[in-house]
Amino acid sequence: MDVASFLKYIASGTAYTIAVTLIALPSGLVIGTLFALANVYGGKVIQRLTALYSTIMRGLPPIVLLFILYFIVSGSINLSPFWAGSISLGIVTSAYQMEIIRGAILSVSGGQMMAARAIGMNKIQAIRYIILPQTVRLAIPPWSNEAAIVIKDSSLVYALGVPEILRRAQLISASTQEPFLAFTAAALIYFILVFVTNRSLDALERRLRIPANP
Amino acid sequence: MSQPILTIKNLTKKYGENVVFHDINLSVNEGDTIVIIGPSGTGKSTLLRCINLLTRSDAGEIWLDDKEITCKECDEDKVRQHIGMVFQNFLLFNHLTALENVRLGLTRVKHMNPADAQLKAMQELERVGLQDRAGHYPGQLSGGQQQRVAIARALAMDPRVMLFDEPTSALDPELIGEVLEVMRKLALEGMTMLVVTHEMGFAREVADRIVFLEKGSIVEEGSPNDLFYHPKNERTREFLWKITELYGKKDTEQGNG
Repeated sequence: MDVASFLKYIASGTAYTIAVTLIALPSGLVIGTLFALANVYGGKVIQRLTALYSTIMRGLPPIVLLFILYFIVSGSINLSPFWAGSISLGIVTSAYQMEIIRGAILSVSGGQMMAARAIGMNKIQAIRYIILPQTVRLAIPPWSNEAAIVIKDSSLVYALGVPEILRRAQLISASTQEPFLAFTAAALIYFILVFVTNRSLDALERRLRIPANP
Repeated sequence: MSQPILTIKNLTKKYGENVVFHDINLSVNEGDTIVIIGPSGTGKSTLLRCINLLTRSDAGEIWLDDKEITCKECDEDKVRQHIGMVFQNFLLFNHLTALENVRLGLTRVKHMNPADAQLKAMQELERVGLQDRAGHYPGQLSGGQQQRVAIARALAMDPRVMLFDEPTSALDPELIGEVLEVMRKLALEGMTMLVVTHEMGFAREVADRIVFLEKGSIVEEGSPNDLFYHPKNERTREFLWKITELYGKKDTEQGNG
């Protein structure tokens, strides 16, 4: 096989990397947002439970969690390594996203909630129409960071045997004795993915910026 | 006009051991403007927050239009639709334009159809003289303009009573006038208002009744004339002397002249 077909083989792992990211990142966002809302607006018990969840998930190396969750998930339901890995990664990132959203909710001043309640909105309406739209804007910059981390951490599912970029690079490296070429190609693809994502989120942040006088 | 629109009976609020106010009784007639004055930390703001249930009182009752609103089963969200509140620091929704701020309650709380809500919101902005700022975000408005939008937002709900919690305290001196002007107009239109303020000129000119609150209880209440020129209580006299000293002597001088 020639170099071009090696590179093509590695690059075709990009689909897996993107797919894993597109499952892990949004599911982490949904879980993270719900847990953040529960943590900020929930009762004492819910607050403690969500805080505990976040502390444990963030206190362990992602790869260790990935293995543990993989064996729990695949032990209870029959899932392919791809799905098990993506879901596990989603759980890992949900804890980080919870903290990002929680921080953003807390930086929207408590007065906004009070003003919303004062015109007769219930708590859910106030969160939906007043708190969350402002939270989103505050959360984009730190969330952009987390998106980059998830793209890069998607490489961890290679340990479960998912044929994504890193897994393929390793195979090529072993079979061709060209580690530099193989891993540089992988690095370049990861870099482009992260770069494009961050740039898109920067653009989104600018588009959503609330106009104000200097 | 003799029918009270808002009645407060033996209202008490504590934070733990700390009694914010105790046994407050107050009756407000339709169309009245009541100004509440008193040193800071005497529970004026907490009293307003208790009236629209943003803070729960510990004892006593509040009645709005012959209905108790402090009962356990009372729907707070319903009650708040009928009581407008204007805050010291405006608290406009930062991500919405002036018009959207005023319109939101109409569409989401009153479930008005979008066209009617748009029209009504625009009318309320006109009422506070800001129709030409409809598309501006709070960050693009001056403090005085923000507060006028906040007043329009509260008015849009057609409240029975308007509560003002030190509406001009956070404003630069040159912006206070425009807000007081809007409030003066509202009072003339017959809106029932409870105003916590240190603007003694406004109190004397617009209030039907002034309530002096100190250390959590009503020390004295009466017409502006009674309180400013014939206070019965030594503490009222002292407070008014201090505050006119602080906020400019011209008020009392003009009054005496």
